Amino acid sequence: MPRRRRSAFWERAGATPAGVVRHPPGRTLMPRPAETSRPGRRSVLRAAAALALGGAGAAGLTGCGTAVGQGLFGAADPAGTLTYWNLFGGGDGTRMQQMENAFRAAHRAVRLRPVTLAWGNPYYTKLTLATLGRRPPDVAVTHLSRLPTLAASSLLTPLRSADLERHGLTAARFDPRAYQQAHYQGSLYAMPLDTHPFVLYYNTAVCRKAGLLDAAGKLKPLQGSTEFTAALAAGAKACGGAGAVMSITNDPSMCWRWWWTCYRQLGGGDLLAGDGRTVVLDEDRAERAAAYLARLTGRRLMPGELDQNGAVSLFTSGKAAFMLDGEWDVTTVQSTKAAFGMVRVPRLFDDAPYAVWADSHALILPRSPQRDAARLDLALTFVTSLLDDSYVWAQGGHIPAWLPTRDSRRYRDLRPQADYADAVAGAAYDPPAWYSGAGSDLETVAGGAVGLLLGGRLTPAGFVRSLRAGLRELASRPSPL
Amino acid sequence: MAVHSPTAPAAGPRAAPAAVRRHHWAGPGMVLPFLLLYLLFMIGPVAYNLVVSLFNTSLVHSGLGPFVGLRNYGEALTSADFWHTLWHTVWFTVLTTVPLVALSLALALMAERVRRWRWLFRTVFFAPYVLPVSAVALVFTYVYADRIGLLQHLLSLVGVTSPGWLSDPRWVLPSVAAATVWWTLGFTFVLYLAALQDIPADVLEAAAIDGAGPVRRLRHVVVPMLGRTTALVTVLQVIASLKVFDQVYLIAGSGGGPAGAARSSVEYVYDSGFTDMRVGYAATVSFLLFLVMLAVSAVWFAVSRRTDQGV
Repeated sequence: MPRRRRSAFWERAGATPAGVVRHPPGRTLMPRPAETSRPGRRSVLRAAAALALGGAGAAGLTGCGTAVGQGLFGAADPAGTLTYWNLFGGGDGTRMQQMENAFRAAHRAVRLRPVTLAWGNPYYTKLTLATLGRRPPDVAVTHLSRLPTLAASSLLTPLRSADLERHGLTAARFDPRAYQQAHYQGSLYAMPLDTHPFVLYYNTAVCRKAGLLDAAGKLKPLQGSTEFTAALAAGAKACGGAGAVMSITNDPSMCWRWWWTCYRQLGGGDLLAGDGRTVVLDEDRAERAAAYLARLTGRRLMPGELDQNGAVSLFTSGKAAFMLDGEWDVTTVQSTKAAFGMVRVPRLFDDAPYAVWADSHALILPRSPQRDAARLDLALTFVTSLLDDSYVWAQGGHIPAWLPTRDSRRYRDLRPQADYADAVAGAAYDPPAWYSGAGSDLETVAGGAVGLLLGGRLTPAGFVRSLRAGLRELASRPSPL
Repeated sequence: MAVHSPTAPAAGPRAAPAAVRRHHWAGPGMVLPFLLLYLLFMIGPVAYNLVVSLFNTSLVHSGLGPFVGLRNYGEALTSADFWHTLWHTVWFTVLTTVPLVALSLALALMAERVRRWRWLFRTVFFAPYVLPVSAVALVFTYVYADRIGLLQHLLSLVGVTSPGWLSDPRWVLPSVAAATVWWTLGFTFVLYLAALQDIPADVLEAAAIDGAGPVRRLRHVVVPMLGRTTALVTVLQVIASLKVFDQVYLIAGSGGGPAGAARSSVEYVYDSGFTDMRVGYAATVSFLLFLVMLAVSAVWFAVSRRTDQGV
């Protein structure tokens, strides 16, 4: 009989039954019969595994099981499901839902799963991480100003013309400027949905009083900065308030749009070169643009500090003649019952072809390891359905990039939306850089300086110094692309 | 404290060396699984982080990317954003730790004195702690909202014009800190309550017999005897606050609220790594933050050792 030795702690858990040959020391972790009287560690583990498998199997039969499988094990979406990510809230969100429902009604076999995420950086962060994690949505929305970064990171599927032509998505049916912007290094990566410029809203009652309307009740064309300043002065006098209002406080993107418009009209050019690695700021024109903006706020024709709600409420209550804003606020302004019209931002400077800040929403197919031909066709069917519904989208202010809609009688009669559709010809997108695009660091840094200029805390010369320093700091950061 | 007890005579002269040899390996053997996990999930990632911080690693490219030496460190230490966010983090730590320690001690003292319904007070004070951060954030965005918010409404009833709790750069961080105090108070409260129950009744009785009134008993008996708990609670809070991210991101919004006035260091790491896709730089910032926390812990260690020796 072997000498009794103290059993190790792992041996005590399932003591050896009598009569079974002892395993040699050092091999005690080999499998051996589970004890019958008391559940051993192994039998518990086995039972738990069986339970888990059984549970997963049972759940697999029900609807929620697919969600569990996808959530826990990263299984692919079942065929016939289409995930779609966007960043639309407010009026845009409601209209997008309407367009999604139209698709659902026409394609009852497809399970459309739309997800709306917070606008700006959080959206792009999630889209990037989901794509890198090989779980991207089938279709997603992007701003075209963000497209170069996404494409350079190889996060997008290039679109082949053969696939697109099957669905009638040919170049001739898109707005040429937006379509051009949807390319990166010669390949097409997105299908533009709209162009959304910075525009000029005018309060009809105030402008009539100021004598700025023509016989048909439309704003008389304004040409040049002198005429624009005079119109603002006349408007301010007529309403006893401001000539124009704009969202400035905590809104660097809006500030950026206003300065960028003037800078580009002055022929200021690209601002950045080499995908954002060099700053090519035209300091003279940058300062001239800044001086004009500062003159308007300095003469109290525009308040230098105001937030978005404040701008809309002053404009709609007749305490301002004009509002400079994105066209997407048309729904908000309409809901106030104020009589108003919209035109493209006038040509203030004629040093260069007409230009105005604009961006585009576009539909992309994020790179996916599991996109077969059927899934690609489903995705393109959905994209086509959204584009065909562009009229719904256009009511929210956006100028359709889908020419069948833009050239339709119905859209051309849509007021006030069709009145600024000519702005697309001058659409000036943000300069390409890994830190630029909608809601990006570029807009925050440059727009922040514009905000200080408008608030009177920077002189035009000081603004240029601050802008140059900020841009150089951004450009000096090593690019992750 | 540790005294070696001579067990050899009981076990017999021949069994002793073998038993000692086996015991020699039992300790490390039991620690081994933990050590392996610790190496795999703590030391390993920290070392990897240190390596990555020397490269210009990108989120969207595989591999470490080009070697940049200490350039990332130079960039971080000269970046205004780095120092701003570090200052926000320190300020947040002060704004949460001090009230948390003081309030939870006060509440624990009161709850301890209650004779009936004590369980009710314990439950009520502890309840917020079990909420997930998303629920807390949702509730407090309604409390702090401009114009329609609960807090502005209540203050307007008593004639106080309140600032925009989440839109004023000066108030956004204190607002988030107050929500955090409300949320996490229960944890420190329970620690204090347990420590209070550990104070022997006879010590208090002796002090009372010696003529110490309630205030003196509190100041000279209860509070000193809670010293260790206070030290523990403080360091736990300081470390938790230095790591703050969730509630700031959810309540103040991404980007850290107006003008980034509430952006914390961890959010800066998140923004650099996931939004700007600069993983190497994010690793640098998080390593610097790690050093700050290490320094804080070391200071606490030194202080608590001195107090232990003093007592």
